[in-house]
Parts: sequence; structure tokens; C-alpha cells
Amino acid sequence: MLINVPETVVADALRGMASAHPELTVDVENRVIVRRDAPVAGQVALVSGGGSGHEPLHGGFVGPGMLAAACPGEVFTSPVPDQMVRAAAAVDSGAGVLFIVKNYTGDVLNFDMAAELAEDEGIQVAKVLVNDDVAVTDSLYTAGRRGTGATLFVEKIAGAAAQEGRPLEQVESLARRVNEKSRSFGFALSAVTTPAKGTPTFDLPPGELELGIGIHGEPGRERRPMMTSGEIAEAAVDAVLTDLAPRNPVLVLVNGMGATPLLELYGFNAEVQRILRGRGVAVARTLVGNYVTSLDMAGASVTLCEIDEDLLALWDAPVSTPGLRWGM
Amino acid sequence: MLDADFFRRWMTATAASVDREAERLTALDSPIGDADHGSNLQRGFRDVVTALEKDAPDTPGAVLTLAGRRLISTVGGASGPLYGTLLRRTGKALADASEVGREQLAEALREGVDAVRTLGGAAPGDKTMIDALVPAVDALGESFAAARTAAEEGAEATTPLQARKGRASYLGERSIGHQDPGATSAALLVAALEEAADE
Repeated sequence: MLINVPETVVADALRGMASAHPELTVDVENRVIVRRDAPVAGQVALVSGGGSGHEPLHGGFVGPGMLAAACPGEVFTSPVPDQMVRAAAAVDSGAGVLFIVKNYTGDVLNFDMAAELAEDEGIQVAKVLVNDDVAVTDSLYTAGRRGTGATLFVEKIAGAAAQEGRPLEQVESLARRVNEKSRSFGFALSAVTTPAKGTPTFDLPPGELELGIGIHGEPGRERRPMMTSGEIAEAAVDAVLTDLAPRNPVLVLVNGMGATPLLELYGFNAEVQRILRGRGVAVARTLVGNYVTSLDMAGASVTLCEIDEDLLALWDAPVSTPGLRWGM
Repeated sequence: MLDADFFRRWMTATAASVDREAERLTALDSPIGDADHGSNLQRGFRDVVTALEKDAPDTPGAVLTLAGRRLISTVGGASGPLYGTLLRRTGKALADASEVGREQLAEALREGVDAVRTLGGAAPGDKTMIDALVPAVDALGESFAAARTAAEEGAEATTPLQARKGRASYLGERSIGHQDPGATSAALLVAALEEAADE
């Protein structure tokens, strides 16, 4: 592992990020990443955050056209309310703040507390929960569907709407719509090693894969002998389409978990596209790469988002962040 | 009667026991969580001890309220808000009394546990810290030792359960056969009460 000591992994990364990205204000001590020109007059400010280990999510998505600020927690641990309140205060122009929260118990609890505290300080706050992971089938007896790849779609599309100057209420409902129209399914070819533990958090022998994996090294729902890229693509796309029957074109995100080479991700994407064609699903745009990762885990996820013309225009709108950049 | 010093000793004893047991908590958190429960609580309770030394609150309620606020500000994850709320609400229930009896503490803790149940939505049997805390509060009227035993038994009894809350719930039936790390750390917190009383 390329680290000094486990205790300083997050702070070290933030210092490195500050050096690499002068267009961001990185507060290493308080763990808040803010776009340098914030607050931007007349714009709703998007604030997200979560455990570290999913880079470029969320800090790598701070910048014009996407997030106004991000709060990185410890590795795989939700940030604390103090960070979120500090971020909200730094970016609020008076137009309000939208918290984008992945559906994990810790993230939800900490953002809820932060929203109350921020409102006490006179900041108007709205919250959107991202819960796109179809691998969690039993929402009644679990903490509910997890937030995974759709977070990128929500942050990009709502961020473009905020950049256009749309009001908080509209940006919030748009973010909610993107989440409702998005579904994901992930798999792992290897387990994840956290800096604190130093050994894999679960045992996944070579020659086997885990379907329905989350992004925190938590095992999935089903283990199988190794399958081909085409077979995995079929399982993933089928799982997504069981729950989403798109009549309109979709955005496709083929997302690497961190340790799977782009060569393999592109090959996997070819299989995903072939299967979507076969199922009669039209693809509007495709993004392939490592965006919502799980440290050194090998594997990938497929996210589909059914879109309309408004959402597609917002997706295509310019964005300038360390992790996602086009049109600028 | 229990004064501010007792509650300070309770927090210090908890911090020491979390330090001692951090590796075990993290090991329990590996198969059904994400292997960080020990290090997260360690960070939090170390900060609590530092804050109590610095601020020296002079009532039981003030000690617990400060401890709760520090946990919320330093732990993160689900444990931060849940443990923070437990201590903060217990502290608020004790109001500004300079000394409290064990029964009074039991009543206040029950309010704290209820607040945790409301916040996290967990019920007994969901394989969470609630499974150690509820029996502990029930037994606290009897003695600190009885509360400790009840909490430890409650934590051990989570092993055959299927998790319905938190990250372990995503495993479905595969969460069965593992003792819940949250219930285990809750039992450490309850056991530290007895240590604080013995000193």
C-alpha cells in the first residue's frame, strides 16, 4: 500500500489534492473541499460527502457545473456534521444548499444532523437521498438500497441546473428525478483492503466473483465461479432492467471499482452495449472509467439512467472538476 | 450517589476499554461491516477524555452532554450520531443535578436509548447496539454488575440473529453467526460503569 501511516491517509491525500488543484480551496484540518469562487451569487450550492476511498467521488467532483463543496470522511466512514455545516456556510450565496446523500445509515444520520444545524444558522437546506443499487432487494429488512453509481449522475445533472441559476426547489426535484430514474448493479473480482486493517476485509478466492457488491468492501449477495465479461454484463444489465424499464434513451455509466484496468472496462462496456441493444434500450451517452470506486477492489458496476431532453442537455452542459471535465 | 467525577471516570474507563478492545471490535466488524468500528470509537473516546480534561464540566449531565457532542463531532459513520445521541440525551435527562442515584441514571439512560431507537430506527432483535443496551438498562436498577452481565449476554445473543439495520443488513442471511460489533462496544460502555463505581 502506498501510504505513510494509516492514521494520516485522508489528510495526506487532501494535501496532495490541494497542490494539484489550485482551483479548489482544500481545508485539510477541517476536511472540506470548496470551489475557489464560492459562494457564487444567485446559484444554489451542491454539497456532498461521504467516506473516503471512493475517489474521485466526491472531492474530485467539486467545481463549476457540479459540486460547490465536498466533505471527505475517514476511509469508508461518513464525515461528521461539523464538516457539512462548515461547507454549507462557505458556499451558500443565499440561494440555498442542496445536500446530496448516499443512502448509508452513517451518511444519512450525519447529514440530517448537519441540516438541522445549518438551518439554525439561517441557511436554507434541502436534501436528496441517492439509493440506486438494485442488489439490495429486501428494503424492508435492511437499511435500504445503497447509493452508488447514480451519485455521479445526480451530482452532474443537478450541478448543471444549479450553474444555470435554477432555484433550490427545482434543483432538488431534478436531483430526485435523476435518482428515481437510475439503477445500478455492481460486482467484485477481489476483496478490498482498507489502510486501517491492511488485509482484505473479506475472503474472495481467485476464480470466484461476488455479485451485488457495495462500494465499502461489504460483500454482496451471491458468490459464483468466475464468469466471462459477457456473462457478467448480462447478469448486471438484467438485474438493472428487472427494476427499470426504460422507454426513453439512457445514460450508461460503466464504473470501475479501482483495480480493474480500463482495457477490461472498455471490453466490458462493449458487452453491456451489445446486451442493451438486444433488449431494445437506446443509449444516449456512455461514460467509462473509475468514478465511484472502492479503494483497491477489482470489479465494476453498471448504472443506467433514463433521461429526457432536459436531463440530456444538463448532462451535456459544461463541467470543470478534477474528475469530470468537458465543454469548458 | 454519583457525582460528576463518577461520570468522568465512566468515560475514561470506556476510553481505556475501547483502546484495549479496538482490534477485537474491528475484527468483528470485518466479516459483516467494513473493519473500522474499533478505530472509529477509539478516535472518539480519546477526544472525549481530552475534552473533559480541558473543560472540566461540574455536573453529571454536563459531562455526558459534552461527551456526546464530542462523539458526534469526531466519530462519523453511524456510530458517531448514535453513541453521541445516547450520551447527550442521557445527559440532558439528568439536567443540572450535582449528584444522581443509580435508579435516576437508569431512567435517564432509558431516555437516551429511546432516542437512539428513534434515530436509528432499530428494535430489539435487529442485531444492533440496542440488543445490549435495552437489557442493560432493565438490569441497572438492580446493580452495575447486573447491567454489565445483561449487556454482555445481550451482545453475545446477537450472534445467531440476522441483521436488519446498518451495513451488516446488506448481507442478509450471511450476517448470521457473527456477533454484532455495535452491541459489543455497547457492552464495553456498560461494563465501564462498574469499573467507575469500583474506583
